[in-house]
Amino acid sequence: MRRWRSARTGTRRICSEQQRMRRSENSRACMRALILAAEYAALEGTMEKYYSGEIKKSERIPRLIARLYDHLPEIEADRAVLLTESYRETEGEPIILRRAKAFRNICHKLPITIREEELIVGSNTKTARGCQVFPEYSFDWLEAEFDTVEHRSADPFYISEETKKTLHEVYKYWKGKTTSELATSYMADETLLAMKHNIFTPGNYFYNGIGHFTVKYWEVLNLGYEGIMAKTQAELDKCKVTDPDYAERSSFLNAVLISCQAAVDYAHRYAALALQEAEKCTDRQRKLELLAIANNCARVPEKPARNFYEACQSFWFVQMLLQTESSGHSISPGRFDQYMYPFYKKDMEEGLITREFAQELMDCIWVKLNDLNKCRDAASAEGFAGYSLFQNLIAGGQDEEGNDVTNDLSFMCIEASMHVHLPAPSLSVRVWNGTPDEFLIKAATLTRTGIGLPAYYNDEVIIPALMSRGVSLKDARGYNIIGCVEPQAPGKTDGWHDAAFFNMLRPLELVFSQGEEFGEQVGLRTKPISEMKTFEEFFDAYKEQMEYFIGLMVNADNSIDVAHAKRCPLPYQSSMIDDCIARGKSLQEGGAVYNFTGPQGFGIANVSDALLAIKVLVFEQKKLTLTEYKDALDHNFGKGLSKEWVEYLTVQTAENLAKSGHSVGKKEIQAIAETIKTTPVPAEKQKKYDQLLEWISEVPKYGNDLLDIDKFAREVAYTYTRPLEKYRNPRGGIYQAGLYPVSANVPLGAQTGATPDGRLANTPIADGVGPVAGKDVKGPTATANSVARLDHFIASNGTLFNQKFHPLALSGMEGLQKFTALIRAYFDQKGMHMQFNVVSRETLLDAQAHPENYKGLVVRVAGYSALFTTLSRSLQDDIINRTTQGF
Amino acid sequence: MGKEYNQVTGRIFDIQKFSIHDGPGIRTIVFLKGCPLRCKWCCNPESQSAAIQTMVRNGKEEIIGRDVTVEEVMDEVLKDMPHFRRSGGGLTLSGGESLRQPDFASALLQAAKAAGINTAMESTGLAEFSVIENKILPWLDLYLMDIKHISSSKHKLFTSQPNERILENAKKIAASGQNLIIRVPVIPTFNDTPEEILEIAQFARSLKGVTRLHLLPYHRLGQDKYAGLGREYTMAHIEPPTNEQMEILRQVAATTGLQVQIGG
Repeated sequence: MRRWRSARTGTRRICSEQQRMRRSENSRACMRALILAAEYAALEGTMEKYYSGEIKKSERIPRLIARLYDHLPEIEADRAVLLTESYRETEGEPIILRRAKAFRNICHKLPITIREEELIVGSNTKTARGCQVFPEYSFDWLEAEFDTVEHRSADPFYISEETKKTLHEVYKYWKGKTTSELATSYMADETLLAMKHNIFTPGNYFYNGIGHFTVKYWEVLNLGYEGIMAKTQAELDKCKVTDPDYAERSSFLNAVLISCQAAVDYAHRYAALALQEAEKCTDRQRKLELLAIANNCARVPEKPARNFYEACQSFWFVQMLLQTESSGHSISPGRFDQYMYPFYKKDMEEGLITREFAQELMDCIWVKLNDLNKCRDAASAEGFAGYSLFQNLIAGGQDEEGNDVTNDLSFMCIEASMHVHLPAPSLSVRVWNGTPDEFLIKAATLTRTGIGLPAYYNDEVIIPALMSRGVSLKDARGYNIIGCVEPQAPGKTDGWHDAAFFNMLRPLELVFSQGEEFGEQVGLRTKPISEMKTFEEFFDAYKEQMEYFIGLMVNADNSIDVAHAKRCPLPYQSSMIDDCIARGKSLQEGGAVYNFTGPQGFGIANVSDALLAIKVLVFEQKKLTLTEYKDALDHNFGKGLSKEWVEYLTVQTAENLAKSGHSVGKKEIQAIAETIKTTPVPAEKQKKYDQLLEWISEVPKYGNDLLDIDKFAREVAYTYTRPLEKYRNPRGGIYQAGLYPVSANVPLGAQTGATPDGRLANTPIADGVGPVAGKDVKGPTATANSVARLDHFIASNGTLFNQKFHPLALSGMEGLQKFTALIRAYFDQKGMHMQFNVVSRETLLDAQAHPENYKGLVVRVAGYSALFTTLSRSLQDDIINRTTQGF
Repeated sequence: MGKEYNQVTGRIFDIQKFSIHDGPGIRTIVFLKGCPLRCKWCCNPESQSAAIQTMVRNGKEEIIGRDVTVEEVMDEVLKDMPHFRRSGGGLTLSGGESLRQPDFASALLQAAKAAGINTAMESTGLAEFSVIENKILPWLDLYLMDIKHISSSKHKLFTSQPNERILENAKKIAASGQNLIIRVPVIPTFNDTPEEILEIAQFARSLKGVTRLHLLPYHRLGQDKYAGLGREYTMAHIEPPTNEQMEILRQVAATTGLQVQIGG
């Protein structure tokens, strides 16, 4: 797989270098150094393993990008109409065949378009960055947001009156038929209650497709769909009508055949369109390009790709059609530099392609990845802000035998992100002890641009972490990242990463009230705080509440899981993931080799700081009682009641008034709410609250390289990661924890009351596994050392550690070297993931004030990057407030 | 056990991690309290007095200075061992002037070398040379030495001390074969003319083995501390040099053949 430049070429370069140097003053010393270098190179049989320099950007790329962003993205109805049309024709047939036929109908009739100047084609919407809708999963929310979606703060979409009318008609068919409705009906009452109280939210798969996988792109590239169909046909031929599983197996295999053929047909439509446009085209250069496109689409993905260009086109059809079949996101290209490399290498060796053209094709793919889009409900849009589809693409790392396989394309992946400077793909790099320094430096050069890419992943943690979940050594070494930070074995895994957000602060709130909230018994009736004599009793009560809610989250996820298997098994994606074809089962029914469910917990830093504050202030220093603590929390430390409390107290008061015979109308209720909101806290109480906040601020905090504190945070993380391990999902797999909030720490923080760490009600929760914003005061190395003390192995669904740097910290080659040393040192200590925002606070403030000047400003949000100006104000504030480090 | 240096005590006022501009790699700086100079522009005025002081910061009184053992300091410093290892970094002594506490500074450097990390010292070199030679140099990898001015009278006017011994020590330190970088704080009204910078650069160039010069532009980040200490900041009217001015000075200094960089 490696391209070794011969020692002879290397020596020749050195000789010309020598001639130049000979003229210089210090020639003798230089000569000696050069001769030594040459000897060393000859000894190694190599000089340079890869091309790591800059590659010129094609002028086409900025134009493609400009067209992508010159309008508001639009919602289109075509897919929903075609899907429904097909469903109406297939009533009563096996669901897997209905899905295949619907996919075929879409592939045959979805409007197709070749955007101006494109070299890689295939778009699932007429307008750039538009989106289709997927009523089979859920639709109520969009209908409810028809009139607001265009003006909402996070990820707005334009929707025409005509589209609204069309969708309104389509939606009539789907009432009672969605996965979301079926999932709800499977869930236990207590689960629904916990969800109502925002203890956890499984919103992702509850309302959408699942996605979160990497298919075997390489199989399509190397065999074509004709090869995959031949394999499928062979399996089908083996089925005997007398087999007990004949019905389901044969239906599934037939569905695979239909779906693969549909993809081929779709490409052929593009071939015809390109030819048509070529005939009309008067520009000679473009005409040739269109003919090449026509050629490519006639060939791939039906047949094996013969060169790099065909491979790029084939890859793209797979990538975009997967996102036409379902609305699942995080469909991740994975190790693009590995499966594309043989095509590149062959073309380069045979002189069929220049490095510049290969780069241009990759840049075109990078642009296309930003052309795909998805409209989420308003609340989810806040949690996943930035129009992100989390298409994670990773470069570098090891092969299945443990050799480093960083190659030219690994560098060119980074170069492509430099060229396009767009949020997609979510670019990641794999780092291990054998990772070449120049690769890390190249990655750091991209980081320095402030784009928030790439994210850095540690092979030395991830490989054993995956193996601890039953993944083989070979498969674990081949891992890539899904979505934000979730590692898995590509082409073999249905990981259900991102299965829910679990807010670890909510069970803590409920310990104070014996599981009761706003008059409802949401959690367990744990011991009253007034009777707790030791910190252990309090911590135990927290653990009990955690265990209980984790169980309910499992119930929610498993209900949704079954609903997808029953209503939306997906044959197209299943055709490209092992071992669906051999097992005769879709991914949703457990067809994958590895099956996981990975819901993520967040809030470790807050819970850890909070528990420690209670331990120190209540039980060690005895400065106040738990009941007094509760009073301060209920009153948000006197800093204004939370909106939930105002609502609750208003309802209570109104009910009491009504009970005592007063008539309570809208006006009275408003007056009550107003009174509650504006009644000031008595000065004496306020003094107590302020005193408490002062005490809290003096308790040591997580994130400052304090061994005992960090060990405690590790224990706190276990309250989430350990209970989860014992549960199983309906696909025959296990649960595994992730520790990261995407960007949900902001909206879900808005649903959380004041917490004992001094965090005020409705404010953001700590980001990822990092410390609470502003509480880490000893700089990036201390923070990294603290975070590394968590157990990252058990969080095998991924951890997320965000650091923000001012660009000065990365200036010059020396700055880059020190920066990469920081990454290596964090990884030496067994941290799993690191990502960086490199941008000045002033820049961000100015971008808030003058968004028009910063349309292209990309920042790292959580597991992904987004355009800063498209984020909601509160999320922007959160990003600005993260500690700036590096001075 | 021969680790007596661990129990040596001294007075510090800060430990700063992830320093990336004061020596190779990622470093931790230990700031020793007390300085013989009184530079008018000093950004760490709380470092000057050897006594423990109270300073008001953000409306709160803060105690500046604490007495610690070498062992305590090294426990904190070595927490960043993984970062030193990966970056070739280590410990930097700063101040104040470390030479004011020669035994403590020496013990810190010995402990750092025993731990296998790189050592550097930011210092103006104002001490008996025998102290530097015997207590510091044997355990020091990099000497970052301040040369502020060639004219002794002007030096005295702005720093309270003449510079003869400083320049003399610079020659001796260089002659000892010590890895030495000369650093110049560029202070408007004091030494920011091309002539003055060139003079310093020429002196640096004359030192045996010295190849590098750092020009550190004046900044006002320490201004609030003066008020916090109840002192007057006499440089309040001075504007920091512009990037263009610094670049001119860099080019002037570079004519000596030294590698000159702006910032550390």
